[in-house]
This record gives sequence, C-alpha cells and structure tokens, in this order.
Amino acid sequence: MIRYEVLKTLLPVISDELVVCNIGSPSQELHALDDRATNFYMLGTMGLASSIGFGLALVQDKPVISIDGDGSVLTNLATLSTIANNPRDNFILLIIDNGSYGSTGDQATYAGKKTSLAAVATACGCENVVEVSAEETAQAVKEALAARRMTIIVSKCQSGNVQVPVITKNPIVIRERFMEAVRG
Amino acid sequence: MAKTIDRQIISDLTGAGIDFVTSVPCKQLAGVIEVLNETPQILHVPSNKEDEGMGLCAGAYMGGSRPAIIMQNTALGVVVNTLATLIQFYQIPLPMLISYRGEVGEPVACQVEMALHTKAILNQLHIPTYHFHKASDVEELPGILSYTQMCSKPVAILTDATFWRTAQ
Ligand SMILES: [Mg+2]
Repeated sequence: MIRYEVLKTLLPVISDELVVCNIGSPSQELHALDDRATNFYMLGTMGLASSIGFGLALVQDKPVISIDGDGSVLTNLATLSTIANNPRDNFILLIIDNGSYGSTGDQATYAGKKTSLAAVATACGCENVVEVSAEETAQAVKEALAARRMTIIVSKCQSGNVQVPVITKNPIVIRERFMEAVRG
Repeated sequence: MAKTIDRQIISDLTGAGIDFVTSVPCKQLAGVIEVLNETPQILHVPSNKEDEGMGLCAGAYMGGSRPAIIMQNTALGVVVNTLATLIQFYQIPLPMLISYRGEVGEPVACQVEMALHTKAILNQLHIPTYHFHKASDVEELPGILSYTQMCSKPVAILTDATFWRTAQ
C-alpha cells in the first residue's frame, strides 16, 4: 500500500477529527480524498506538521492527529523530545513512513535505511510508540483515539504518490475554517 | 536572579492576554525565562529550535491561545522560511521577544556577525521591528503587543545589552 491508500483507509476514522497534514503530496492527497474544515493543510514549511499539531493539542482538549512523513520528521527530529516531555493525551502523531521523500521525486530517506523513527521516538521519551504495517494503520489510529493516550504511530508503507491537484485554497481560508472547527 | 524588568515584561505579556510561550534560551533572557516559569497564566513549553517553536505557536494560536516566542537574534538565521511560509502566509500574530546579541557591550566577537544581519533580515521580511536600547523603551511593550494582534503579523522586539544592563 502507498500513502494514498493508507489515507483512504483512514478516512472513516479521522474524518471528524482535527487533522494537521504535512506539506506536499500528503496534504494534496487528503484534500483530494476528503476536504474538510477539520483538516489543516500545510502549504509550506517542511517538518512542522508535528509541532503545529502538538501546539494545538497543548492548548485545547479535542483530539488532534498530525499526519507527518518520515522525511519531514527527520528534519525536525528534536520535536519528538518536546512531545515526550510535555505529553498530552489528546495528541496522536501518525508518521507515514514510506522510506522516501515522496513530494520531491521519491528520493530515499534514512528512515528507509538504518534509522528507526519508532526507536528514536522511544529514545526521546515517548511512552506509547507503535510501528504498524500500512494495512494495520487505520485500526491503530482508531485504538489510539479510543484509548485517549498520546501515541506515536509509525506506519510502514510503500513509496509512491498519485496524481492529484495542488491545493489552491487561500491560506487564510484554510486557517479560519479550521479554527472555526476547533471552536465548534 | 530575576529583576524588576523581567517581572514587568512578563506582566506586560499576561496583560496582553499572552497565555502560551515557547523559548530557546539566551543569557540575557534568563531572568525573563525564570519569571515565566513562575507564571501560572502562561503555559511555557521550551523548544529545541526556533522554527519548531514557531510551529508550536501556530498550533497554539489555532487552538485559541495567544502565543509568543522568546529567542536570540542568531535564530533569525534559522527561521526565515518558517516566518514567510507559516507565520506570515497564514497571518498569525506572533510577538518575538529577541535578545539582540552582538551590540555594544557584547563580549563574544562571533555574536557580532549575526547582529550585522539582524535588522537586514527583519527588513527584508517586512517584519515590524522595535529596538529596546534604553531602559525606558520597555514602556512601549504593551502598545507593541496590542499592535501585533491588530495586524496579525510577526513583530520583533530586539533587546540589546545596554537595555539589559541599565534596566532595573
Ligand atoms: Mg516519506
């Protein structure tokens, strides 16, 4: 399974939840599959989906799911220690780990080689870290939501993207409707 | 050991409704950070790098909080992309309380190198910038904080060595 197929299986689980989605293909694919006010699409700033979602989880009680990628997490690895040391049970970090920089031409990342992001998260002090297959991902997110425990999920899937349009929505529109969903 | 000026700055932040602060430390800001940790109205979550911190601030803002970031001017070399593509692109109000290292009174020569670029970077990014040099400059802080919310922009408050040396 590639990321697009994982996102598809996730829809029944995450559609009504607050989702902060990573820049590039992940946001474009989620936007094409199921555009919702509860989705915050990152149009720039590689690496910060985890931090933005975590900042949101720190100040309000609704569950927040950050959908990040292996390449993006590698650019902002230290945030795993911030997350571990300030745990919030309404936060789920889902790392779609396809071992490649999907949005830039599927160049290999180190996460697809020797580096284990699950082991890094654990070493940073995150207490509930699970590594799952692409097929098991939706169930893992469902369980993390039901348990209401801060969970880091590393979903190992295949690399590859599908052709979907870039997001042309105005950033302020994306932010305003998302903030309304947070309040609602 | 925190001084009156440190307490005044934090009290100006709470007075402006700031309830979330992230920081990467600097010697000149140690007193402010000390008071911050004793201030229950503000959630203080230290970050490892300033771009990560701005991500936390963006999320906190969307969650209904009023964030601020405390950092050193050298970090402007780190956060240009984040300021442009996150804070400015999504119009997030963000006061940046910045220790302005490398000005008169600076003991470390290397700090001067980024001091020379500090205002140029802020100008290039069209970021409203205020420079606290005299102790009395702090009187502008409440106005700057409400201006930041009004215009929904990142705003820089540069605080130099002379300010910290002379402020009580
Ligand atoms: Mg990837």
